[in-house]
Amino acid sequence: MSDSETVRPGFLAIELDGAGWDGAGFKGTGFKGASPEGTGFASLAEAVLSAESAGFHVATFTDTPAPGRVNALQRAAYAGPITRTIAVVPEVDTVYTEPFHVATQLASLDYVSGGRAGWIATAAESREAAAAVGRSFVGGAALGQEAAASIEVSRRLWDSWEDDAVIRDVATGRYIDVDKLHYVDFDTAADFETPADFAGPAYSVKGPSIIPRPLQGQLPVLVAASLLGDGLVDANAVDAVLVSAPTPELLAAEVRDVRGRLGGSAAVIAELDVVLDARGQAAAERLAGTDSGRATYAGSAAGLVDLLAPLLAEADGVRLRPASLAVDLDELARLVLPELRRRGALRAPVQDGTFRDLLGMERPANRYAGTPTAAGAGS
Amino acid sequence: MTQHSSATSDDFTPTGKLQFGIFFQGVNSGTIWKAAESGSQTDFESFRRIAQTAERGLFAAFFLGEGLRLREHLGRPHALDVVGRPDAQTMLAALASVTKNIGLVATQNTTYNDPADLAHRLSSLDLISGGRAAWNIVTTDNAWTGANFRRGGYLDHADRYRHAEAFVETAKRIWDSWETPDGPARRVLHEGQHYTVHVTPRLPRSAQYRPVLFQAGDSPEGRNFAARQADVIFSAHPKFADAVEFRKDLVARSLAAGRGANAVQIMPASEFILAPTAEEAAEKKEWVRSLQIGPQQAVAYLEQFWGRELSEYDPDGPLPDIDPVVEETSETRGSGFHGAKARQLADQWRAEAKDKGLSIRQFVTSRTARVDATFTGSYSAVADQLAEYTRVGAVDGFNISPWLIPTGLDDIVNHLVPELQERGVYPTEYRGTTLRENLGLQTPVPSSETVRA
Ligand SMILES: Cc1cc2nc3c(=O)[nH]c(=O)nc-3n(C[C@H](O)[C@H](O)[C@H](O)COP(=O)(O)O)c2cc1C
Repeated sequence: MSDSETVRPGFLAIELDGAGWDGAGFKGTGFKGASPEGTGFASLAEAVLSAESAGFHVATFTDTPAPGRVNALQRAAYAGPITRTIAVVPEVDTVYTEPFHVATQLASLDYVSGGRAGWIATAAESREAAAAVGRSFVGGAALGQEAAASIEVSRRLWDSWEDDAVIRDVATGRYIDVDKLHYVDFDTAADFETPADFAGPAYSVKGPSIIPRPLQGQLPVLVAASLLGDGLVDANAVDAVLVSAPTPELLAAEVRDVRGRLGGSAAVIAELDVVLDARGQAAAERLAGTDSGRATYAGSAAGLVDLLAPLLAEADGVRLRPASLAVDLDELARLVLPELRRRGALRAPVQDGTFRDLLGMERPANRYAGTPTAAGAGS
Repeated sequence: MTQHSSATSDDFTPTGKLQFGIFFQGVNSGTIWKAAESGSQTDFESFRRIAQTAERGLFAAFFLGEGLRLREHLGRPHALDVVGRPDAQTMLAALASVTKNIGLVATQNTTYNDPADLAHRLSSLDLISGGRAAWNIVTTDNAWTGANFRRGGYLDHADRYRHAEAFVETAKRIWDSWETPDGPARRVLHEGQHYTVHVTPRLPRSAQYRPVLFQAGDSPEGRNFAARQADVIFSAHPKFADAVEFRKDLVARSLAAGRGANAVQIMPASEFILAPTAEEAAEKKEWVRSLQIGPQQAVAYLEQFWGRELSEYDPDGPLPDIDPVVEETSETRGSGFHGAKARQLADQWRAEAKDKGLSIRQFVTSRTARVDATFTGSYSAVADQLAEYTRVGAVDGFNISPWLIPTGLDDIVNHLVPELQERGVYPTEYRGTTLRENLGLQTPVPSSETVRA
């Protein structure tokens, strides 16, 4: 597994949750995952800058409903202007959110982060979330369809302005070239091929977007492997897949399996929870009572390096979720990332690179470029 | 918790101070894109630069406008003006990390959002910025914009404020629900004509309790809605006599709503064209107008009302002699066209232009809304003029639309603000860290206890 000669060094992502920024300092409610001592960071700025200087390539922001947790996309936006290398990647739900808002918010995130934005598209299976927006509950296979539809709407809206749509042509008085703007005319019933039997409530979106094409052209879209499949999200519609397994030992095998099924079209990112021996406390003690259902590594920093080095050869990247942001990030920064770099397992972060660069993806051509019938009705 | 402002005192008291906001519109003909100094409308650097300049000038607030469908002109996207703007709350969350004191105001529509979702995101912005968020409530509604949304254009125009009021009440109850140190005291239920919302709020209160509420909308229903619900009105009445009249009207409506005479502040939309002397300012104004309303914009303005192409007409010649196409109102015809009686209007305009000897370009320049909203003159003369507004309490401040991005506030901050400070009518420092403190607003009374009209 780790002995392939051609492997490219991998990248590391870190989940920057905590008790929620800056409902930070929020305590109580028994919310699982909120570290009792808080995050250990005075502010989101401090946390994201620590992750960046530790050499993490990506910061992710979870958005599942929990008391005290601030909207993930806004946390990512806040982090954008104060960082230079780390990609900022929020979770955004596709089922109970307006696709038009989602697309324009994410495009905006790309602008405020200088092209370092991505999107973990999630599909909330939640009666609570349905009731909160006054919609009927969506479950089962329909979740994947909702995600697929929302991703498709976003991608069309991101392309709805060609790159050179803003022309500022003083002679003709035109700020934009309307031939380079496009109505997306998305329709779950008529025009959206993948799920002909779309199970959610049908809808349509007209377009064009209200913001020019994102800096990256298309933001990288990430989904959990569980959302991919027949009648769900098409692997070709995503740029990276988040792969989890019940144990660290099974993770590499799962990564290989998913990559085999995808055929290399998308990057593969392994998910790992980590609890390190730290500050005189054994990881096993610190771990007590938490179980996320994902592979969890608990132990020494050296042991984590031995696990990650081969995993980073197998997967394109690994996303770590530290049990305690401050405590584990400290250990990761001091002991784990430097050693992985020394072994050549970890890529060097690139200042002002885009998230697509990190994933090894070109800036995509615009699907509408050269389309003769541009925005318009015309007649 | 502060007491209700006394509902028995009918006497409005001028505060003697002005506050400035900047309104970054992003889609309009007021922002000049043809000058050498015109910067990007979308790069973050433009937003950072202008927000930080505003903060240096002790501005109370940075506003972003919103439009959820691109303006159209004769059935295609309108090509001549700046267009394409970031999502308001995403941009403001980013600006929160590079500013410290300035309020961050997101214009957000009540028709194309869900109350629980919007309330949550506004709380997020409020928490992330340390209590500096505000919501500029707008109610624009039409099936044309609705075509971008799942719910579509489901709302009748007549219902827009009834719906908005239920929406805002729901948002307030969500923000009020955080009563115990550990969490929400109650779930919030809204059973409405259009949908039912049942939500467990998830965020604690911010340093300013909840986002400040602005309202922009000018109909009588809009004003009543603001008198009941808002902290500040973003008004369209900057001219002195009109502003005084608007204040009287609003004080009456606030009292009728059971709130104090000073309960709702007023910040009209405005534009400043300033220079060291009156002559230089007048010249500058000519230059600004020539770039705002170029030949193509002037003709396009008429095309909205004529409903047809008029490109064969000379912008420096008289108004078209052909008659407009008379048809049903359509948003695709142009944003300025709202069901006006086209032929009557054309006749009236032709007569007026002929009377005054105005060309197409001159006529259109004289008609655009910002004409009323412009303060032109030397720094000191304009400062005197604004001091007079303050003396009588015509307004609480001005919401300034810069005509250049990102340098359009420089002369205001560098020259006008010091003149106003010398006259004692402009702050010399931020009063506090939250927007509510900086505006001098009271902490809200939880909505369940609010006296309802
Ligand atoms: C000064 C001012 C600024 C406004 N800015 C916006 C805006 O950015 N986006 C928007 O959708 N509507 C904006 N509006 C219009 C509002 O949508 C308003 O709710 C609409 O005109 C309907 O309300 P009304 O009939 O009471 O005027 C603005 C209105 C005023 C007076």
